[in-house]
Amino acid sequence: MKVPSAIWTMIAGITITLVSLWVGQNHSLMPVAASEEAPRIDALFNTMMTISTGLFLIVQGIIVISIFKFRKRANDNTDGPPIHGNVPLEILWTAIPAVIIMGIGVYSFEIYNSMGGLDPMASHESHVAHKHQAGAAIAASLPSDEPGMAPSKAPGKLVALGVGASPRTQGQDPFVSVNVLGLQFAWIFTYPNSGVTSGELHLPAGKEVELTISASDVIHSLWIPEFRLKQDAIPGRESELRFVPQVVGEYSVVCAELCGSYHGGMKTRVIVQTEEDFQAWLQSQIVAQSEGLETVALNPADLSETDYLQPLAAEMGIDGESLKQLHAEHHLGDRSI
Amino acid sequence: MAQVTEPETDNLGETLAVEAGGHTPWREYFSFSTDHKVIGIQYLVCTFIFYLIGGALATAVRTELATPDSDFVSRELYNGLFTIHATVMIFLWIVPAGTGAFGNYLIPLMIGARDMAFPRLNAIAFWLIPPGGILLLSSFFVGAAGAGWTSYPPLSTTGEKAGEFIWILSVLILGTSSILGGINFLTTILKMRMPGMGLNDMPLFCWAMLAASALILISTPVLAGALILLAFDLIAGTAFFNPMGGGDPVVYQHMFWFYSHPAVYIMILPIFGMISDILPVHARKPIFGYQAIAYSSMAISFLGLIVWAHHMFTSGTPGWLRMFFMVATMIIAVPTGIKVFSWLATVWGGKIRLNSAMLFGLGFVSMFVIGGLSGIMIASVPFDIHVHDTYFIVAHLHYVLFGGSVFGLYAGIYHWFPKMTGRMMNEFLGKLHFVLTFIGFNLCFLPMHYLGLQGMPRRVAEYDPKFATVNLICTVGSYILAVSTFPLIINAVWSWIGGAKASGNPWDALTMEWQTASPPPVENFIGEPVRLTGPYDYGMGDRNSGIPMPESQANTPMLSGGPTVS
Ligand code: HEM
Ligand SMILES: [Cu+2]
Ligand SMILES: [Cu+2]
Repeated sequence: MKVPSAIWTMIAGITITLVSLWVGQNHSLMPVAASEEAPRIDALFNTMMTISTGLFLIVQGIIVISIFKFRKRANDNTDGPPIHGNVPLEILWTAIPAVIIMGIGVYSFEIYNSMGGLDPMASHESHVAHKHQAGAAIAASLPSDEPGMAPSKAPGKLVALGVGASPRTQGQDPFVSVNVLGLQFAWIFTYPNSGVTSGELHLPAGKEVELTISASDVIHSLWIPEFRLKQDAIPGRESELRFVPQVVGEYSVVCAELCGSYHGGMKTRVIVQTEEDFQAWLQSQIVAQSEGLETVALNPADLSETDYLQPLAAEMGIDGESLKQLHAEHHLGDRSI
Repeated sequence: MAQVTEPETDNLGETLAVEAGGHTPWREYFSFSTDHKVIGIQYLVCTFIFYLIGGALATAVRTELATPDSDFVSRELYNGLFTIHATVMIFLWIVPAGTGAFGNYLIPLMIGARDMAFPRLNAIAFWLIPPGGILLLSSFFVGAAGAGWTSYPPLSTTGEKAGEFIWILSVLILGTSSILGGINFLTTILKMRMPGMGLNDMPLFCWAMLAASALILISTPVLAGALILLAFDLIAGTAFFNPMGGGDPVVYQHMFWFYSHPAVYIMILPIFGMISDILPVHARKPIFGYQAIAYSSMAISFLGLIVWAHHMFTSGTPGWLRMFFMVATMIIAVPTGIKVFSWLATVWGGKIRLNSAMLFGLGFVSMFVIGGLSGIMIASVPFDIHVHDTYFIVAHLHYVLFGGSVFGLYAGIYHWFPKMTGRMMNEFLGKLHFVLTFIGFNLCFLPMHYLGLQGMPRRVAEYDPKFATVNLICTVGSYILAVSTFPLIINAVWSWIGGAKASGNPWDALTMEWQTASPPPVENFIGEPVRLTGPYDYGMGDRNSGIPMPESQANTPMLSGGPTVS
């Protein structure tokens, strides 16, 4: 009978749609969304989860129904109907995936653009240099003997790697710039405007920050899962991540690119603070670091990077010399933010 | 209505080929045989042994990950374990088993040829595999390469030098073998088809092998180039990829993925082909949309060449280029979707025989779809930025490579075992194998999606204790997976020695390889092979009266048309 099967199809369709929509909103697979970009990526993921759940249910449904409904009966050795093809059907299921991926593609493009992935300012060297005149973006591996001058970013760089300014803030300077150096097996964060160096990343909530990422030995990858952001740190190249941390709290900074034996141990924290707390922390760091390295050891967050790394260094095979050297390179600028 | 139920009696093949099958003396398998059937089985057994070794390495990896601390093996050894695990699984199991084993065994039979186009080259291609594999494994004695199977510099050029060099050398050897095989398949398919068999009369496995061979020939040399330059950096101190000397590590990534992305299609295309041949037989229906499936293989092959940088979204790819590779990657979902829906339509309304081959075939479709859906997700740049290099990727790649490729290879083993050995496999053990594999696989890999999304990076020996429980579940799943191989091994050995004798065509299949004895005689067919039907003309003709094809067209190679079974 025709009618019941049509009704069944309709009921199945409605059920699948409802289940998919529910799953798409309630999977709770993602961690806290702590940056301004994160909810957008979650929305994209939810959409893809909805579509995937629907397709998954359709495929599994067809397989399971086939297994039960079209199982060969005992004593039946005939063949099934000789259906070779069905052009309208084939066009339909070529068109449906095509439309779906077009939708996902356009949506992804929108999200990526809104995050600043297509920042046109980041694609030309001249703009890069201009943008960074205010904040001395010194790669830690490129010491300069003219602290007052603002060296441009990696010379000869034509395209910026990473995620730049969102269309809303293009052409503006970020509120904070941080230079991030990945080395086996630690992250070192330098605030070039104030000369502060830290083993942990402190950021103000609700303000746009820019990380300029480099690596001194092998490739590392800076990942902050709660921000949904990741960017490789590539020796010999610089990359950037520009974003707005949103939710006050502590999150982990993970190295996502295999970088040697202690790759799994290469992690630290990012601490998102209110703007006042952030400024206070920055000031305390400036004071601590001008008084010399050994004087402050109040709480681990206030440790200088040498102290922070010292206990790890022995285990990781970094010698004290290279730590000192690193530190020296970071004492370039001494301006407050 | 009188039923002709005995497979032995309604067998079309027996009328064409002599009963006597070609039982090969076992010594032949250790020789430089140039018979494609011997070589195919050499490949299959040899790669399966490497698969077990790769599986043992995976079990060691998972054992380390059962707890958050790095406490089972040293960190260096851990990196060696997953590096060699992945290398073995890819270069010594999936690629050579999909192309080398099944390609060699089936293609000449399916196209009615007596052997491959270049039998000696074929033997050479196989005999590169065991030394290449043993060389790779021997690297554990000098400190195995630990930079991952991707071997990105500068890490790979600063780590274990001896292990890394051995890794490069063995991958070069295995790549050479692959190229020699590819040349052979391409020539054989294009030049050796029996008279009257056009490209569109070939079984779909041949189409898939055509597409895969083209990819092998285009992309593998680029890998070889990358590895040779890497070797220079490693041992001669050049700086092709070393930033200290003005080189660029990202260039290596481009070269590497120019091969290794197509490589995933080199792995999966033959499996697609096998599934397209297995499902119709056991569903007793013609494959739905023959041409759509055939041409989608070619489309996948072409598109596979222009998407490599989607592995590099977070490394050295500028924004606009990321968009190009995102779109190109997503487009692959279309030909892949065509295949999946065609398989479903093939099964729908059939007379399904739910034997081990079919279970793995359907298992393949449903597991592969999960890998495909997560594949579309990671094609999306903003989302991939979050999950790249995490356990989400490990989950995705295993759904494609294990749920896809390995399930497909298993289906192929159950389906063609009678042809290869002349014996039937035990169905109970086969189903036990399926159930254990299915449970273990999903238990092991499904939770990894969650781990990756939550923040666990891949390739780590130690991880955040908050992931401990989920990791333990994965490890338990991996042990079930390890156990799941025993029923298969027992079944294969036992059935090969003493299983029920198989007729030439135990499944009543219509492709050419079933129209000769099992196992086939030395030159495959006695006399000139004749094609009586198309490869998928199920439900046509009247099998009840022993005429398996349209009566009016007896003895003429015709594809479709004719009455349906009354
Ligand atoms: C044919 C089957 C398999 C294939 C083709 C395969 C392939 C791979 C590949 C390509 C990787 C990536 C390694 C990397 O990140 O460089 C990998 C990693 C891994 N595999 Fe498998 N694998 C297979 C079976 C298994 C099994 C059965 C297990 C578990 C028992 C397993 C466990 C793992 C784990 C835990 C990793 C992650 C290592 C890491 O942290 O990257 N694999 N595998
Ligand atoms: Cu790292
Ligand atoms: Cu790392």
